[in-house]
Amino acid sequence: MPIDRVRRKLVSGFACTAVSAAMLPCCLGRAALAAAGGVEFKVRNVADGVFALQGVDELMSAANQGAISNLGVVVGTDAVAVIDSGGSLIEANALLAAIGKITAMPVRYLINTHMHPDHIFGNAAFQEIGATIVGHHNLPRALEARGAFYLQSFRQQIGDALMKGVEIIPPTLLVDDRLQLDLGGRMLELRAWKAAHTDNDLTVFDSATRTLFAGDLVFVGSLPTLDGSLLGWLRQMDALATIGAARVVPGHGPVPADWPEALTAERRYFEVLARDIRKAIADGMPLSEAVKTAGASERGKWRLFDEYNERNATAAFAELEWE
Amino acid sequence: MQNHAYRSRQLALPLAAVFAAIILAAGTLFGFAGAANAQQTTASSDRIWQDLKGDVFGDRAILVDSGVVRIEAPKRAQDAAIVPVDIYIDLAKTPDGIKSVTLIIDVNPAPVAATFQIGKDAGVTHLSTRVRVNDYSYLRAIAETQGGELHMAQTFVKASGGCSAPAVKNQDEAMATMGQMKLRQFPPQETMTKVQELQLMIRHPNNSGLQRNPLTQYFIPAHFVQKLSISQADRPILSMEGGISISEDPNFRFDFKAHGNGEIQVEAIDTDGKVFRNQWPLEAAGL
Repeated sequence: MPIDRVRRKLVSGFACTAVSAAMLPCCLGRAALAAAGGVEFKVRNVADGVFALQGVDELMSAANQGAISNLGVVVGTDAVAVIDSGGSLIEANALLAAIGKITAMPVRYLINTHMHPDHIFGNAAFQEIGATIVGHHNLPRALEARGAFYLQSFRQQIGDALMKGVEIIPPTLLVDDRLQLDLGGRMLELRAWKAAHTDNDLTVFDSATRTLFAGDLVFVGSLPTLDGSLLGWLRQMDALATIGAARVVPGHGPVPADWPEALTAERRYFEVLARDIRKAIADGMPLSEAVKTAGASERGKWRLFDEYNERNATAAFAELEWE
Repeated sequence: MQNHAYRSRQLALPLAAVFAAIILAAGTLFGFAGAANAQQTTASSDRIWQDLKGDVFGDRAILVDSGVVRIEAPKRAQDAAIVPVDIYIDLAKTPDGIKSVTLIIDVNPAPVAATFQIGKDAGVTHLSTRVRVNDYSYLRAIAETQGGELHMAQTFVKASGGCSAPAVKNQDEAMATMGQMKLRQFPPQETMTKVQELQLMIRHPNNSGLQRNPLTQYFIPAHFVQKLSISQADRPILSMEGGISISEDPNFRFDFKAHGNGEIQVEAIDTDGKVFRNQWPLEAAGL
């Protein structure tokens, strides 16, 4: 399908009905979903042949069906690539249904930007349709260490119904440093990063439209979470900023966002956090005390600040103590 | 599979014993249905402890909340991989001092997180470290007095689930720097005393080995610091056995009373048999 036809065919929005085991077979069939009740997933056209589903700035829950991160779709003349599979099979199947309305091309690749459940819990839906799952070379190891814990802790958090069918499925095509994927008429450039948000961060650059899918290396408006290396993240931010993108689809936050301006607030937050933690360490303050106040001047500037700031401070303290 | 609870019925001494003793208990021990309910989980954590305590301490009486030992941890752990825990000993209530403190995390796959031996006359009244906590759980400190009495304090921790998994954050870095140590010495808070604080940090992934690979169902091999001894002028201050639930880059901060000016020596041995040693001159205590 030619790209300009794709572009004209803006997908307005659709809904998946409330979680129900009985509904799942219809979702798995990628049929158009009923619009009664449930969560509406809006897939928007952000550039020529590039689409994104914007997640909500919340923790994963039964109410939001796990759809808290941004997912991407790039349509070539031969094939489609999807960036991240979402936080549930419901969300993944809703995305697949939306893609079916955009193009008849097959989804050849699912690219996981990193290990977190809101980006990988829908992987089974893509395995089901025969897509090749692509990820950072560290991603299988990270999922091996965490997969069982994720399945257990998210069952508690989002409930059995939304966890139905969720499996930990690691990538089979691994990116050591860089990898190009040809979708027909456009190349995707994948890049594996050193530890930052996690130790398995991958970015995807669509050279045809210069759209960067940054995964969780970029948070906009919603507090970044640290599960890798604060120093690594700060060190790589300059290299990230030199990517010649026209726009970015961040892992969390508005889609699309300006580039590289999208990095500004995130960099400021990490610099404030590092400054506060370094001072606490120099003063001999223990971790348990330091995390209560570090980064406090950033409160009010971010959504989910109280949910994640202390956790970030804890990880930052343990890392910066070794400087 | 994820609904199974695994737990050790022994002190985490030789590794073989730990694995031999892992018991797959029914998932019904845990309130897995729906959002975690603190009330239910408090009760289920306590049931685990009731089953466990005989295996660790036999039929010895354990005095609860006697004031000899106190434990503090955040009510809600922010990062399940790094939960700070503070243990305090009240020497006024136990004039002969404490022989050892055992740290227990009820719901962890191997509940006995570590056992600390405290040097006679070392003057340790406060020990702080960081642990991995797999789920909502009581953390318990059981102190044994020189006279052989057992005293317990406990605190309930809601371990943050979500994407903060009790796993190593930066595996490549952890392996590349393994064995590095850092010692910080904090001067006495009050003048005319030789009580000062030390903080020992050891680079080590400290992998508990109790995570299961969700694909193969095999346990990931354990690799953690299982023996640690810290002494000053050849007198033991603190030693640790076990250590299976201590966070990556094991970190211990404690007060102690220096004897003379002899150096501080540390030896750590991990489950691969690797030995890490280091020593530092004692910084002048504020006299």
